[in-house]
Amino acid sequence: MKDTPEKPFKGRLEDRRFLTGKGRYVADITLARQCYMGQVLSTHAHARILSVDTSEAETMPGVIAVLTGADCAADGLGTVPPFFMPSLWGGPEGYATQRKILVDDRVRCVGERIAIVIAETADDARVAAETIMVDYAPLPVVTDARAATEADAPKLWDDNENGNISVSIPMGDKAATEAAFADAEVTIKRRLLSPRIAPFSLEPRVSVGNYDEADDRYTLYTSSQDPHGVRSNIARNVLKIAESRLRVVSPDVGGGFGLKAHMHPEDALVLWASKHVGRPVKWLGTRSECMLTDTQGRGQEIEVEIAATKAGKLTAIRAEAWTNLGAYFWGTATPPLFFAMQLIPNIYDVGAVDLTNHAVFTNLPPMSVYRGAGRPEATYLAERMMDELAAELGMDQAEIRKINAIAPDAMPYTTATGMTYDSGAFADMIDAAARVSDWSGYDARAEESRAKGRVRGRSLISYVEVAGVMNERMEIKFEPDGTVTIVAGTHSHGQGHATVFSEMVADWLSVPVENIRYVQGDTDKVLIGRGTFAARSSMLGGTALLRAKDALIERAKLMAAILLEADKDSLDFADGMFKVRDSNKAIALTEVAKMYYIPAGPANALGLGLTGEGTSAGKPGAAPNYPNGTMVCEVEVDPRTGALTVDRLAALDDVGRILNSTICEGQIHGGIAQGMGQALMEEMVFDEDGQLTSGSLMDYCLPRAEHMPDIASELSEVTCTTNPLGVKGIGESGAIGAPVAIVNAVLDAVRPLGVAHIDMPVTQAKLWSALRDAEAAQ
Amino acid sequence: MYAFELERPTTLADAIKALGGEEAQPLSGGQTLIPTLKQRLAMPSTLVSLTGIDELKGIKNEGGTLTIGGATCHADVAKDGSYPALSDLAGHIGDPHVRNRGTIGGSLANNDPSACYPAAALASGATIVTNNREIAADNYFTGLFETALDEGEIITAVKFPIPEKAAYVKFEQPASRFALVGVFVTKGANGVRVAVTGASEGGVFRWTEAEEALSSNFAPSALEGLSVPADGMIGDLHGTPEYRAHLVGVITKRAVMKAG
Repeated sequence: MKDTPEKPFKGRLEDRRFLTGKGRYVADITLARQCYMGQVLSTHAHARILSVDTSEAETMPGVIAVLTGADCAADGLGTVPPFFMPSLWGGPEGYATQRKILVDDRVRCVGERIAIVIAETADDARVAAETIMVDYAPLPVVTDARAATEADAPKLWDDNENGNISVSIPMGDKAATEAAFADAEVTIKRRLLSPRIAPFSLEPRVSVGNYDEADDRYTLYTSSQDPHGVRSNIARNVLKIAESRLRVVSPDVGGGFGLKAHMHPEDALVLWASKHVGRPVKWLGTRSECMLTDTQGRGQEIEVEIAATKAGKLTAIRAEAWTNLGAYFWGTATPPLFFAMQLIPNIYDVGAVDLTNHAVFTNLPPMSVYRGAGRPEATYLAERMMDELAAELGMDQAEIRKINAIAPDAMPYTTATGMTYDSGAFADMIDAAARVSDWSGYDARAEESRAKGRVRGRSLISYVEVAGVMNERMEIKFEPDGTVTIVAGTHSHGQGHATVFSEMVADWLSVPVENIRYVQGDTDKVLIGRGTFAARSSMLGGTALLRAKDALIERAKLMAAILLEADKDSLDFADGMFKVRDSNKAIALTEVAKMYYIPAGPANALGLGLTGEGTSAGKPGAAPNYPNGTMVCEVEVDPRTGALTVDRLAALDDVGRILNSTICEGQIHGGIAQGMGQALMEEMVFDEDGQLTSGSLMDYCLPRAEHMPDIASELSEVTCTTNPLGVKGIGESGAIGAPVAIVNAVLDAVRPLGVAHIDMPVTQAKLWSALRDAEAAQ
Repeated sequence: MYAFELERPTTLADAIKALGGEEAQPLSGGQTLIPTLKQRLAMPSTLVSLTGIDELKGIKNEGGTLTIGGATCHADVAKDGSYPALSDLAGHIGDPHVRNRGTIGGSLANNDPSACYPAAALASGATIVTNNREIAADNYFTGLFETALDEGEIITAVKFPIPEKAAYVKFEQPASRFALVGVFVTKGANGVRVAVTGASEGGVFRWTEAEEALSSNFAPSALEGLSVPADGMIGDLHGTPEYRAHLVGVITKRAVMKAG
């Protein structure tokens, strides 16, 4: 289904650094006279702090300074608001928390930062931190979002007039939905859960702060997906300094997945501490520390009811969700609140919708984005309910989806939640998925499973992603010798941007890819950028890069016209050459570029230096893109133990125009692995006191290579109409489709055994219990 | 990790001497102790490494008895093959890193209730050899992380009589890959022995009821209708006591089937 001729994949430009251990991460940065930060984290989920006794720590070996919330207040440090609230996206006003970087009065979840120790070594800092005595007066704890909305629930924020609800976001048409339910031939109601999970980047969080007294300027090295966002937040809100007085550098970053899309308290703490002690301060999060203090993803309970005809056509959906914000409205918690509702229609014409999402404070660590950010929740609902409807009506999984799918000729199509899909061939994707997955060979495989005493199940699901949020800026500059540098506002942390963007520029300018250097992740080198998250970089970075190229060519044309003694409008640019139309006069772009750097002469009239810059914009305010696709999954369940294997998985993805299919497939594979973790293994489990009980890899299960089936991946190119490249995003697709593809396949396997419902993660223990209960009920 | 002194003796005698010091603790492969130290849950003043002592290493197969030095790593046992079920067990402990560092003596001295080796030792009727004495496996495992070892006593070797038939089946705890339930069965000169790890709050145990049933008919069908009570089984994030009790039955059958 590809229609773009593609060059053979020759590896990534990043391969040398990443595959030979030459990457440079923040942990690799050692500054002269560097010292280390250790932290005191709250051990209570909700308590007043009566006192913090640092006296012993101050006398410990290697200790340079001990700082507490009282010191923050004395230094006039500010508090951190959410990155933005739902009102920025057209939602209602809500209660926005202000978070202190060191808490001095009341802790609202475990892992709150209470004090820091600066010492000669990381061990000295940790040992001393352990001696700090915090006297707590415990308060009642609430961990469940729905329970937190009860009138008698412990309240987290005393001045919130709406109890523990920060904001309730409504969507859809209540009256039309009620009317559709009144006429419904079939209705089905379910309660679905998407538990809290950990983003779990391979590289834990790490920060180095350095205050330079000579320049009165700070530098932060941090493992971030969005260095400019971190700079704005810390400069404006915490340190209250001009942004030009803070430089943020994010070198190689070992995975982000949304965890690193926003600042964390440690980023501000190392800077503040550095000024205090007059030395660079490094903080290296241990895995245990990060599991306690990282933001988490998902955390939603939803009650849903669908209305449909007996022929299987949906007519309405109503749903009420409770999203567990944790103790603060923190980071980029807003997008998942919206996407979890906006994408519920998925690829379908669903009729009317009436949806509400309550964002609720509880005594859990803060929620923020994690790969998919609300889209997996929406897709989980849409596709679980589609299978429930198919089961109720005795219809085929593919057939019921095609009955409801939006037709290509309906594009652009605005959903009941206000998303305007520009393109998509949804029913074709379903047919293609059936072909790629060997849909018709299923019965024989099911029989083989039965012969082994196992049961096989399968699913066919579709998903829609919305990609391309906020705006972006890219720059292309020629160096004096005719080589090229790309200065990117996006931030690659494993996505292979250096390869893809360099290949694009090489192609456009006919410059060898070896002559292109790629720069990102440093606020002193990059004017502005939003970083990378939410599958945004292909469209927003790519479009901005295209416009930067156009601007650069326009400027180069002025010089080419002089050198060719021709009129600017008579010049065409192709194959790296400016040519005078209808003549054989031509000059290479690189030669033109060099003329912009000569030290003297008539060419100086055009100024010094050749650069082009371009910008682009997406949602909200401008059109995003809608990647979509279909997955077919087969699982095999051993009913005697509940053990299950994901045996086959086919993924058909419409990525718009393909920029690099190998990198796209890599993104799909990684997303599916994380989706499998969500479906089968991962859960951040808290007890009723708000204590984390799955706080290490001995208990928190991540997917391993051995769990993965061979993925049959095929890319489809349905050109996007909202951007000049025709591209759609790819970074989250696998993580959006895989959870429900796997859960639906499990339910298909065990439905004949009497199990009609099971919540994620579908662990072997949970599945066995469900099977045993079903057997007992029969 | 808190600071500690590290002694690296090359003879057993030196190791015993070093362990006489105050708060000295033996360090074998370190696959449990090192993570514990990293989590700052232990503060020994001296660690005495046992892995530089040649007399504690190596595998000998003499007269139907396999003698494995206490400081022999899992990977070496996995490669040996003269007691296939034991090599199979060793080859599936943890990951390659763990198997190349962790040792049989370390595992048995720690007696983690979810470790694999205790099941092999108990089901094989092995003998735990220390610097002072020989302890029958039946008398060695005394409870959760508890053994018959005295303070400062070191496992120098483990003697396994090689049975006629044997197999180990591990049903993994998905996160740690320790045994959620692991069952080792043997049939040989000692009769039929069935040892279960991972399941009980008391650590590894012999399922005598299954042993009796299998003694007259060494086949999975002999176990039909037998079960262990859920009472006393471990309950945690990864399984209820009922689940573990149920798995003991299922996994024992699979082990008997595998033993052939």
